[in-house]
Amino acid sequence: MMSLSVAVDWIACDGRGLCAELFPERIGMDEWGYPVIDRDPLSADLVPHARRAVAACPKLALRLQAGRHP
Amino acid sequence: MTASLVLQERLLAADIGSGRFRDLGVHVGLHGPLPTTGASTLITQVQASGLTGRGGAAFPMARKLTAVAAGAAPVVVANGAEGEPASSKDRILLSYAPHLVLDGLQLACRATGASVAYVYVHEGPLVAQMQALVTVRASTGVDAVPVTVASAPARFLSGQDSAVVARLNGGPALPTAVPPPVYLRGVGRRPTLVQNVETLAHLALLARHGASWFRSQGTDSEPGTMLCTVGGAVGAPGVLEVPIGLVLGEVIERAGAPAAGVGALLVGGYHGAWLPPGGALDLPLSVEGLRPLGATPGAGVVIALPAGACGLVETARAVSYLAEQSARQCGPCLNGLPAMAQTLSRLAGRDRSRGLEERLAALTATVERRGACHHPDGTVRLVRSALRVFAGEVAAHRGGVCTATDLRPVLPVPTSRVGA
Amino acid sequence: MTGGSSLWFLSRGTGVLSLVLLTLVIVLGALTRGGRPLPGLPRFAVAGLHRNLSLLSVAFLAVHISTAVIDPYVTLRWVDAVVPFTGSYKPLWVGLGALSLDLMAAMVATSLVRKRIGRRLWQVVHLAVFAAWPVALLHAFTLGPDVTRGYQLWLAVGCAVVSGAALAWRWLADPTQVWAPRARALTAVPEAAQDNQTKAEVFS
Repeated sequence: MMSLSVAVDWIACDGRGLCAELFPERIGMDEWGYPVIDRDPLSADLVPHARRAVAACPKLALRLQAGRHP
Repeated sequence: MTASLVLQERLLAADIGSGRFRDLGVHVGLHGPLPTTGASTLITQVQASGLTGRGGAAFPMARKLTAVAAGAAPVVVANGAEGEPASSKDRILLSYAPHLVLDGLQLACRATGASVAYVYVHEGPLVAQMQALVTVRASTGVDAVPVTVASAPARFLSGQDSAVVARLNGGPALPTAVPPPVYLRGVGRRPTLVQNVETLAHLALLARHGASWFRSQGTDSEPGTMLCTVGGAVGAPGVLEVPIGLVLGEVIERAGAPAAGVGALLVGGYHGAWLPPGGALDLPLSVEGLRPLGATPGAGVVIALPAGACGLVETARAVSYLAEQSARQCGPCLNGLPAMAQTLSRLAGRDRSRGLEERLAALTATVERRGACHHPDGTVRLVRSALRVFAGEVAAHRGGVCTATDLRPVLPVPTSRVGA
Repeated sequence: MTGGSSLWFLSRGTGVLSLVLLTLVIVLGALTRGGRPLPGLPRFAVAGLHRNLSLLSVAFLAVHISTAVIDPYVTLRWVDAVVPFTGSYKPLWVGLGALSLDLMAAMVATSLVRKRIGRRLWQVVHLAVFAAWPVALLHAFTLGPDVTRGYQLWLAVGCAVVSGAALAWRWLADPTQVWAPRARALTAVPEAAQDNQTKAEVFS
């Protein structure tokens, strides 16, 4: 069973903040509006919320990846 | 394993400073012709030698070679960008012993099966010099793989792996977001080996003299010699070759007896760390030796702060430079580094406002590991080491007092250029 | 004849509805791009509303087109709805509708597979709104029979003005200034105390 975690493409990210709105369990915001991501593997119940946040990003900067983000 | 105290110079052997060794014939006269060792033997030799990258990350070269060799139609880049203002070793090597680098480049191509090679050189007169040498080698048939000379902009991040690849792909020399790493997809979407020029120069000698020879200097776990750029409060600042593991006190002495009293040491450049005065002189210049103090040799920059200088003022200057050198692609770096620079400058300027240290600590925690490259992380390391080593100065500055007696600038900080 | 005129009314009615809905879609699209939340609506909801209303508009457009084609009152073939300017009934004005439909279809389709095609391609196609919408408005103004008087005129003009303003704002605004935190938080970088070139060339 592969564990998934959330990761950000920092160059694409523009600090729009939709991800933090949709996935506050794991995504916070710094003082400039950029996501502060908890990179621990996601439990099964959080994955749908993560997917929603990934789909909502206007810059396609958020992604789900296997394993813990390095 | 004690480092050999009697240095036998390798890269900087003979009368390099005369410039004679720019001539291919003279180079071959001293070192012999380019070895014809086969690819797999080369990699085995590198593996046995324990040669690690001299660009700062100290990554085992054999692993890099193997990874790139596994790909299709790889590319090799000799990275001489040297974006670090305090480092001169790559420039000196390319200027005075260029054929060692170019030999190493050919050997790396053979080891990885590459048929495309680049020399990526800090912009300036070196570009034309290298072009002339590459042309000579091509016309005399020494180089099996044609080499393209490319110029690197004079920016701090120009030498970063993915920035090198981005530049060679025709774009600006700015880091790109990983994945995939450059050894999988780099120049022209091909697996790319980006290797510091000094590492390639070591390879050129290693292939001629063997792994045991290579390991005869340095430490067991970190064999070989390294180039370091020594500056600051020393009598004869410049580039030296030392065995890895030599204690810092000896390194400083070899750069001329200390001009005045030596204060703290900055090791590893502007992404490195400060070491406290006194005790640091007994530390070996090696990854293992410096790890307990949160430092690494990096690309071999060692700067001795004069005892009368203010470490906070110097660090503030460096951090201002680092902030200005941000690629400005990632929000935390673009916003956080200038904020750090400003806060540190206020601290260095004896601003007595409350909360400056806390603000600085909060900023370092915020920007750490949040970016496409390690620029924020390196800057954080420098700042945290400064707050540690210069804690006494911080306390004095909070009270409005600076104990420094000599405020002449020490760290080399180029003035910012618009539109670089 | 009653059946025919019902279809015609349905076609015109859904046409007007599509006009209003698409105006809302355009305004919401501009607000989505602007990146700020609305009162009571977080950013993801603004974006979500933009998306859902555009899909709803597609549904109403489908009815608008089908009823017009089926209606025997005008000779429209199915193909005239997607291939512009080839029909026999008012080919120019109907064709404008077909043209804007084609562009809108591309925008919707690329948006649905955005993740697969990447941001750049999606963005280029989405810029087609600057062409699709004026064309659609022209189609509405030339073919809406009651658009020259009464509430329908004001409705159509209102939609044109509001959507035009939204598009103009989007065209003119520097995108990086719209969401304040990023650009404005840049604090000035303090000047390094002095330029100091101490790179020496001396060997030991």
